[in-house]
Amino acid sequence: MEIIDLEKTFLDKIKEEIKIEPKDWMPVQYRKTLIRQISQHAHSEIVGMLPEANWITRAPSLKRKAILIAKVQDEGGHGLYLYSAAETLNISRQEMIDLLHQGKAKYSSIFNYPTLSWADMGAIGWLVDGAAIMNQVPLCRCSFGPYSRAMIRICKEESFHQRQGFDILWTLSRGSEAQKQMAQDSINRWWWPSIMMFGPNDDASPHTKQSMDWKIKRFSNDELRQKFIDVCAEQVKLLGLSLPDKKLKWNEQRKHYDFGEIDWQEFWNVVNGNGPCNKERLAARVKAHEEGAWVREAAMAFAEKRASPNPSKGGEIVAA
Amino acid sequence: MNHQLALHLADNALILGHRNSEWTGHGPVLEQDIAISNIALDLIGQARNFYQYAAQLINQSTQQPNIPSTEDSLAYLRESHEFKNCLLVEQPNGDWAKTILRQFFFSAYQFYYYQELQKSKDSTLAAIAEKSLKEVTYHLRWSSEWVIRLGDGTDESRSRMLKAIDELWMYTDELFENTSYEHKAASEGFGVDISLFKNDWDKKVKEVFEEATLPIPTKELNNVNWFGKEGKHSEHLGNILAEMQFLQRAYPGCEW
Repeated sequence: MEIIDLEKTFLDKIKEEIKIEPKDWMPVQYRKTLIRQISQHAHSEIVGMLPEANWITRAPSLKRKAILIAKVQDEGGHGLYLYSAAETLNISRQEMIDLLHQGKAKYSSIFNYPTLSWADMGAIGWLVDGAAIMNQVPLCRCSFGPYSRAMIRICKEESFHQRQGFDILWTLSRGSEAQKQMAQDSINRWWWPSIMMFGPNDDASPHTKQSMDWKIKRFSNDELRQKFIDVCAEQVKLLGLSLPDKKLKWNEQRKHYDFGEIDWQEFWNVVNGNGPCNKERLAARVKAHEEGAWVREAAMAFAEKRASPNPSKGGEIVAA
Repeated sequence: MNHQLALHLADNALILGHRNSEWTGHGPVLEQDIAISNIALDLIGQARNFYQYAAQLINQSTQQPNIPSTEDSLAYLRESHEFKNCLLVEQPNGDWAKTILRQFFFSAYQFYYYQELQKSKDSTLAAIAEKSLKEVTYHLRWSSEWVIRLGDGTDESRSRMLKAIDELWMYTDELFENTSYEHKAASEGFGVDISLFKNDWDKKVKEVFEEATLPIPTKELNNVNWFGKEGKHSEHLGNILAEMQFLQRAYPGCEW
């Protein structure tokens, strides 16, 4: 078949909402866009384990400790599904991880902010996971089959994560003065970075149009951001706390909340590596990987030794 | 049934679960990061079951405290000398070899322990043992496979395993030293006579070490002066508790 026919078949499928599968022909740029987006998403899950893992050993009750471990473990699982989805596009997990460690692949900037109090476990669940869900629910309908299917599983768990985060803040907001303050301080710190998670304004977002045409993306950055702000502005009232934006106000004409100017300089600063924890987060990942090298080597060596006489042992343990 | 045995079992599970959870986000490969976190989660779940039962027994006893005990008051508001976990579980993670070996020694112990505890006259302890045994069976399989893989992997993994054995073997004899509360519980039919399965544990270690091509340590153990099960701990436990109990201590009486 000529390229032009292949492209027509591809575009017809997109038009008719038929999923693109790994063995189907796809434009080079479609493949590249998906590798960038899915690997970035996978890295975000893995780097995103760090700020929350920071509080596992200090969780204030056994129930909260168990929930937090389960949540961070889920994130590792999401990373696994996503690396696997990206691998169907002909890139290995090791290549993706190398790009992350070399600073060539990005992850969500939100994880470059520090977790300074227990309330941050609440704010991350409510705001950060909340914003992620807003972004991710439409991805369940993404045109690329493996990504779409991974997202369906991930979204189910994310909604539980968001509820547990809100529950932490809810409990704090009904607690002592110090606990209320802890919750408010945390919301103050996480609010603006959370709404930056939707990315630059539409007029400054270079990838948006093509991704929407290919049905990788279904809504623009600004549409999703507005939806998220509308939801949070109502939910924060239940907590009896406030969002740190003096311009936040219901607009009867637009039927949306108006909100203040986002500090895009801060956004680009953190994206470009100058956030409070960029260096630490990446260093922690590199350290875990380097210190794990001998473990992975031993597992491979063992699997090879046992491969011929007794193939039932050892082979399945190490994938990266 | 006295609450001391339930506390001992809870403390063992909590402290090892806590240690394992220090790996979360930092494991040598993603699949194993998830596995060790999952084991941490199982152990903390076991600890909660035993603490809840211990709290119930304390609250029912004649010296009932003014403020009722809960799983959290027992985990977060006792001092280190009141903890009854064995020294093995409070040892630092070290490298993956040390963490794996600690898990293997302890999972093998828990495996035989819970098998016996299922027969307890105390139906709550028997039920917790039965539920936990399913988890521990997997922990034992997982950690055995890793001991074998590292022992018979590369020169480096082997030498790290030898170092781990050197560091941890001395803490294994405490597992089989009966305390007075264990004696009492066993003689009344609630607890377990741990000497019953010492041979099984030895056999299991021998079998796995042999497959791992690792030498079985033979030196006599005599470590009973430091007896975690009776509250005589290493320096490590105090540091674990300082971190773990921080919020409960800094903001007393709060709900979380």
